[in-house]
Amino acid sequence: MTRVGFLCSRVRKDEKLLLEELRDRADVERIDPREVSLALDSPEGAEVSPEELDVVVDRAMSYSRGLYTARFFGSYGVPVVNTSDVARVCGDKVETSLALREADVRTPDTRVAFTPESALETVEAVGYPVVVKPIVGSWARLLAKVNDRDSAEAVFEHKKVLGSYEHSVFYVQDFVDKPGRDIRVAVVGGEAVAAMYRESDDWITNASVGAETTACETDGRLGSVAVDAARAVGAEDGVVGVDIMEDGDELSVHEVNHSLEFKALTEASGVNVAGRYADRVMEVAE
Amino acid sequence: MTSAECPVCEAEVEPEWEVERGEIIDCGDCGAELEVADTEPLEYIEAPELEEDWGE
Repeated sequence: MTRVGFLCSRVRKDEKLLLEELRDRADVERIDPREVSLALDSPEGAEVSPEELDVVVDRAMSYSRGLYTARFFGSYGVPVVNTSDVARVCGDKVETSLALREADVRTPDTRVAFTPESALETVEAVGYPVVVKPIVGSWARLLAKVNDRDSAEAVFEHKKVLGSYEHSVFYVQDFVDKPGRDIRVAVVGGEAVAAMYRESDDWITNASVGAETTACETDGRLGSVAVDAARAVGAEDGVVGVDIMEDGDELSVHEVNHSLEFKALTEASGVNVAGRYADRVMEVAE
Repeated sequence: MTSAECPVCEAEVEPEWEVERGEIIDCGDCGAELEVADTEPLEYIEAPELEEDWGE
């Protein structure tokens, strides 16, 4: 029987759904990144050795733990969903923006500066409003819509003084005046399998901050843009969540998530995303 | 799996469903977020605070 290594610390509803589907198909061994130490040739502390695994699923909530553990298991010769290359590109917004642009996938114009002064000059040149984001982070944490020079000076100074060194990589993106909603599409193995609108009165429309979700069709241009974005980050064989904004008549990809949270998407779309996810994992294991 | 002691307030906390190692439940007495550290026997630790690189 196929053996699946399930990399995670915290088990949310998403992980419970996925574990249930995987256990219907395979033997599942939990691997908690907090409990292992990763030597160059093998992990120490894991209850199962890499040779006994056919595939590893990265469901770590921590970007750094997931990234490096996936990298090690890949190096041990075990296929990982998603690979550490996908995690690296998706987990770093600079990498994501560049990957999307290099693949000709429409994404908001983005600039990176390394000092508050140069960041301010950039924003002044682009014009307000802009969105300032941390290069690593999720769930809409520490996003700032900057509407004027006073706000820009304050945000950049706070990031410089209060943040870790990564907050001095100033990532500035054009503000897209979307129609009160954005769209989350799950792309599994190069196919758009489910989508939902996320609506909010706030400019942030993330489900984690209370946006209302409703089903959305995945066919046509939306599905095709989502699949292109997944391919752009190297996830044609993996499972990702693509976030898309309607920008006038265009569709603009602003994020690709390598550790797809699908609980809300499952409820909104009626699609068994966990089942599709598990099927993909089994295909990668073969 | 029946109940186990909350490491914060020492109340007995009984999950309302079949829990997995790593799941988070709330202590009904003190409101602390508890992580299921083990299921046999059931054991809780105080759940870690949200960290900056957590997410999707």
